[in-house]
Amino acid sequence: MYTLSNRLKIVSLILIILGAIMWGTSYYSSHHVTTEDVKTMLAEEASHGGHGDTHATEDAHHGEEHATTSHENEAHADAGEHHGDEHAEHVMHQIHNRPWSALYVAAFFFMMISLGVLAFYAIQFAAQAGWSPLLFRVMEAITYYLLPGALIVLAIAVLAGDHIFVWMNPDMVNPESADYDKLVAGKSGWLNKTGFIIRALIFIGGWSLYRFFARKFSLAQDEAPEGDIRNFKKSFRIAAAFLVFYIYTESMMSWDWIMSVDPHWFSTLFGWYVFASMFVSGITVIALMTIYLKSKGLLPAVNDSHIHDLAKFMFGISIFWTYLWFSQFMLIWYSNIPEEVTYFVTRIEDYKLPFFGMVAMNFIFPLLLLMNSDYKRIPWFVVMAGIVILAGHYLDIFNMIMPATVGDRWFIGMPEIGAILLFAGLFLLLVFYALSKESLTAKGNPFVKESEHFHY
Amino acid sequence: MEASKVIHAIYNDDDVLMHAVKEVRAAKHHIEEVYTPFPVHGLDKAMGLAPTRLAICAFLYGCVGITVATLMMNFIMIEDWPQDIGGKPSFSYLENLPAFVPIMFELTVFFAAHLMVITFYLRSKMWPFKQAENPDPRTTDDHFLMEIPVQGNEQDLHNLLVKTGAVEINVVDKAH
Repeated sequence: MYTLSNRLKIVSLILIILGAIMWGTSYYSSHHVTTEDVKTMLAEEASHGGHGDTHATEDAHHGEEHATTSHENEAHADAGEHHGDEHAEHVMHQIHNRPWSALYVAAFFFMMISLGVLAFYAIQFAAQAGWSPLLFRVMEAITYYLLPGALIVLAIAVLAGDHIFVWMNPDMVNPESADYDKLVAGKSGWLNKTGFIIRALIFIGGWSLYRFFARKFSLAQDEAPEGDIRNFKKSFRIAAAFLVFYIYTESMMSWDWIMSVDPHWFSTLFGWYVFASMFVSGITVIALMTIYLKSKGLLPAVNDSHIHDLAKFMFGISIFWTYLWFSQFMLIWYSNIPEEVTYFVTRIEDYKLPFFGMVAMNFIFPLLLLMNSDYKRIPWFVVMAGIVILAGHYLDIFNMIMPATVGDRWFIGMPEIGAILLFAGLFLLLVFYALSKESLTAKGNPFVKESEHFHY
Repeated sequence: MEASKVIHAIYNDDDVLMHAVKEVRAAKHHIEEVYTPFPVHGLDKAMGLAPTRLAICAFLYGCVGITVATLMMNFIMIEDWPQDIGGKPSFSYLENLPAFVPIMFELTVFFAAHLMVITFYLRSKMWPFKQAENPDPRTTDDHFLMEIPVQGNEQDLHNLLVKTGAVEINVVDKAH
């Protein structure tokens, strides 16, 4: 049995408050930026050389791009031609978007961890895995964050509106407006606010329903008399059904919640790519939590073979993520079709370090660190790899959202770090609260004996 | 060549064999070889065999593979004849890297896999037309055989092996 310590409560509250203050100040200061401020700022940047120069060339470049492909959001439209007001307004929008995007990226990141864990948990039941039942309570605790986390993501999306999702701007689908965008209007059958909210509620409802019943049956199985595995059978059935529901809704969720920030762009394997990202982050968090709880002596039956298996999953799914990342990148790079390739052009030009840095963190680092099977059994090695993997997948989400909303005005500063701290605190608080509610071993599970004797 | 004697103790169950291996080792006898019809989980640990280094070899062979692929394509596509093929940038290796990755990956796997298999064959001395070395054909079907060299007290060893549940014990002269 785990008891939520006061220290943990205090740490998470400090994280939440500190994060909220950091994010709040940056929100406050950026939302008072007006076009006039931006003009002075741009003039200053230009007089300092350096940044100003790159800007001028980038603008010229954007101009060309727009002439041929009419890409990106409304304010972007004529940036190349009228340098003055339009550009200043465009930059002002980017500055206003930044705190919203920073909040959204962090909220999505922590939500996706618990969604990834939920999928992993369901797979363990559906596959009747013999090694993992000892870790079921840890997984159940992490998925406790899913319902609040996903609702927060939805709330931020709706509140931020066109600060994140340009298609939420009603002018874009209004043929009378100067901001009318034919491509976005063409997609308005799917991309409209009502549909977005209804779909999101269906996704969140389905996932939470599964989570609720899975937890209920798992706890009921503990109380069941010896030999009565009716609840386990129910868990098995709903896990199989959930996995079907999940793979459809996860895909649609990634179109809605992530891909639609670039409403002119589309990619078919995007859903799986986001899935790989959430799956590996989820498994990493299971491993980190397990190592932490084991070090506290709370999971005595967990041995280093369990850690080894989790590390193998971290290793394998990291490579799976890279495979999807590269498949998406290489297919688009190779054929170089203008309407698709702008997605990577903006990322490579403005996000070179995060874009390629994340490949190093999510692929090369785990590849070399976790290849050796002895290293997979050393807790601090797994923790080190896990931290890099988590940071890498934060950057992955960052790279998906930011280029569409703040463009080259990105930085990992106050709003980003504040938002991470805020949600990290919330995540820790809720997950460890859920952990403290029940015994840490799913003792009624028919596979738990096998799991206790698991060795590799 | 001096002829030396070995004892062949035959078992018909892998659990019995495992116990026998542990007891024989505990009695400080050297086990020359164990012949089994299938892999017995944990037998190598019980016999105290050193872990294999085949995986390390495979990693190094993989490194060779990726080097070969890189040097080859860099020479052919970039240095020797940097043609414009469908607008692909062949100014430097890095610029055209994504197009080379599938080949780099495949050659890494190819080298790692094949060279590791060949290393395995060489180290375990397996090749076509090689003379089979099993001392008793039943060990390929349903019997397990432990081979222990005799040094001095043959009767003691015999008693020990009987105690461990051997179904058959033969003393064999083995030409070295």
